[in-house]
Amino acid sequence: MTFLNFLISGISLGSIYAIIALGYTMVYGIAKMLNFAHGDVIMVGAYVCFFAVARYDLPPALGVLLAMFVCTMLGIVIERLAYKPLRQAPSLAVLITAIGVSYLLQNGAQLLWTSSPKVFPNFFKVADQTGVKLFDGQLNISYVTMVTIAACVIIMLALTWFTGKTKMGKAMRACSEDKGAAQLMGINVNATISMTFAIGSGLAAIAGVLLCSAYPTLVPTTGSMPGIKAFTAAVFGGIGSIPGALLGGLLLGVIEIFAKAYISTQLSDAVVFGVLIIVLLVKPAGLLGKQVREKV
Amino acid sequence: MKKLFALVMAAVMTMSLAACGAKEEAPSAPAASAPAASAPAEGTAFRLGGTGPLTGGAAIYGNAVKYGAEIAVEEINAMGGIQFELKMEDDTHDAEKAVNAYNALKDWGMQISLSSVTSKPAEATSAENYADRIFGLTPSASSTATVEGKDNVFQMCFMDPNQGSASAQYMADKALATKVAVIWKNDDVYSKGIHDTFVAKAAELNIEVVSDTTFADGNDTDFSVQLSDAQTNGAELVFLPMYYTPASLIFAQAAGMGYAPKWFGVDGMDGILSLEGFDTSLAEGVILLTPFNADSEDAATKSFVEKYQAKTGEIPNQFAADAYDCVYAYKQALEAAGATPDMTAEELCELMIAQFTTMTFNGLTGEGMTWAADGTVTKSPKGMVIENGAYVGLD
Repeated sequence: MTFLNFLISGISLGSIYAIIALGYTMVYGIAKMLNFAHGDVIMVGAYVCFFAVARYDLPPALGVLLAMFVCTMLGIVIERLAYKPLRQAPSLAVLITAIGVSYLLQNGAQLLWTSSPKVFPNFFKVADQTGVKLFDGQLNISYVTMVTIAACVIIMLALTWFTGKTKMGKAMRACSEDKGAAQLMGINVNATISMTFAIGSGLAAIAGVLLCSAYPTLVPTTGSMPGIKAFTAAVFGGIGSIPGALLGGLLLGVIEIFAKAYISTQLSDAVVFGVLIIVLLVKPAGLLGKQVREKV
Repeated sequence: MKKLFALVMAAVMTMSLAACGAKEEAPSAPAASAPAASAPAEGTAFRLGGTGPLTGGAAIYGNAVKYGAEIAVEEINAMGGIQFELKMEDDTHDAEKAVNAYNALKDWGMQISLSSVTSKPAEATSAENYADRIFGLTPSASSTATVEGKDNVFQMCFMDPNQGSASAQYMADKALATKVAVIWKNDDVYSKGIHDTFVAKAAELNIEVVSDTTFADGNDTDFSVQLSDAQTNGAELVFLPMYYTPASLIFAQAAGMGYAPKWFGVDGMDGILSLEGFDTSLAEGVILLTPFNADSEDAATKSFVEKYQAKTGEIPNQFAADAYDCVYAYKQALEAAGATPDMTAEELCELMIAQFTTMTFNGLTGEGMTWAADGTVTKSPKGMVIENGAYVGLD
């Protein structure tokens, strides 16, 4: 029974990583850049939702929508101001800019909202219970976990459908394959990349709300560590692959919890990253990643 | 591909370093020096200086010390006899700024010092204290490195490791539990210091540590494994040597899994009730060890709490009381040594070392305090328990 409990904790943690990883992988797959500010957009989304619900007493659903709106706008603004001028620049410059944006957001949040921690309210309660208890209370599944997993699967399916079937999605895939050729075919590359950022940042808001519902302490650096773990999850699953992000996130969470439970709480991160290294040695493109041969 | 990967890994490392550093950094603000509390004529008062974070993220501690010390100085100056002139400079919890603030105080003519309020700046300024032979008594910088190897720097607060043994002693004295679990942060010197001495002392006192688990920056969100380890091993009490932010997550997750042991915290737990949005019912029954209890019924504490409330509108915390005690300890030592304000800092330093290593001091934060030659204090902490969302003294 403890094994099942640990498995559920692992899936719960993993589904949070997965939902963040979906944002990373989406932007990487299309714009071919690592948006390190993604974790901090998550933090902004969580703050917006926190203030809307805890301070201004808006209904939670409205709070989430507001957070999505603010994050989408923030994503578009960041892309326009920070990344668009660097479209022709080497990827190193874009990467450094992303780190700069990440710092800007963290320190901006610290100025605006101070560094004293806030406790995020739990929306996912039914009759004052935060979860269901099975087998005489030996097994706990919280509603946040169920919602997170459902959200993960829905987002993954929606993104797969969107990139595969819609016109905009096809334009995105074309940009990801060859920006120059896509432009020649009449695709507006700039608008397509802006759209990618808007979607990625909107997803970040959902991730922020779910992250803080599950682990309710909110500080300006809330997004950075989960962001890095989620990036690892995206690489693990094969960066650029949407189902890979889900698989990578879930596996990372489960391995982390099992390593803590059955090996050592001190070594859990070492075990997680050890597994990552082994996977990358065997399958350099990640679990579900496509091996792309680079022309030299 | 290889190049890109190396680049990415480098970026990940930078980011994770930044994530660790960012938590401790307080936003910088222009250094503002506080006006002297009172200004008797030159040469008739002892010049007492100290640095602390009066602005920025840790400002709550610096201002508590400033107000606590000011109240003591006002009281002592009104009594006649020994007079003090107090000056606190802002260091924004930054070691480099603290040294600049210390130098400004030295130019002002500081004869004795309150060192610094927080540990990291105090480690920097205490080295200056030692080099300049200016005696230092810090109200609240608790790290070992603050006093280590400096014969003229003393602490009013417990040193980190001592909190661990004091906690174990308290559990044994009050027969709180025989089986305990410890959850601690293994990348934090504060948490580790307390954990190590706690485990050693618990073994001496026949308290069985049935579960000993850790977390670190980066995996400080999910505590289900640590909590179920404590639960399955039958821990009656869980000791949490950490700050209140992770502790708030632990309480919430334990409540979610229906685990309700006794909780025992250290001074880092002080502040959990003022966490915005925190459901204080989760912290119901949490015991914490702190040297000062604002609810205490004795006359000295009551008078101090009233004056502090009149001055700031808030209930004083442990930092304010420590600072108040520092000034009174100086008064007692200066009187006993027959020191006069025209003495140099070096002369006073030798006198103070002789006094502090031999005297016994009664203050708000403890009765019968004594100091060892290495600068650490011996006093008995008071237990507090959280009841109905407020701290209540246990003794």
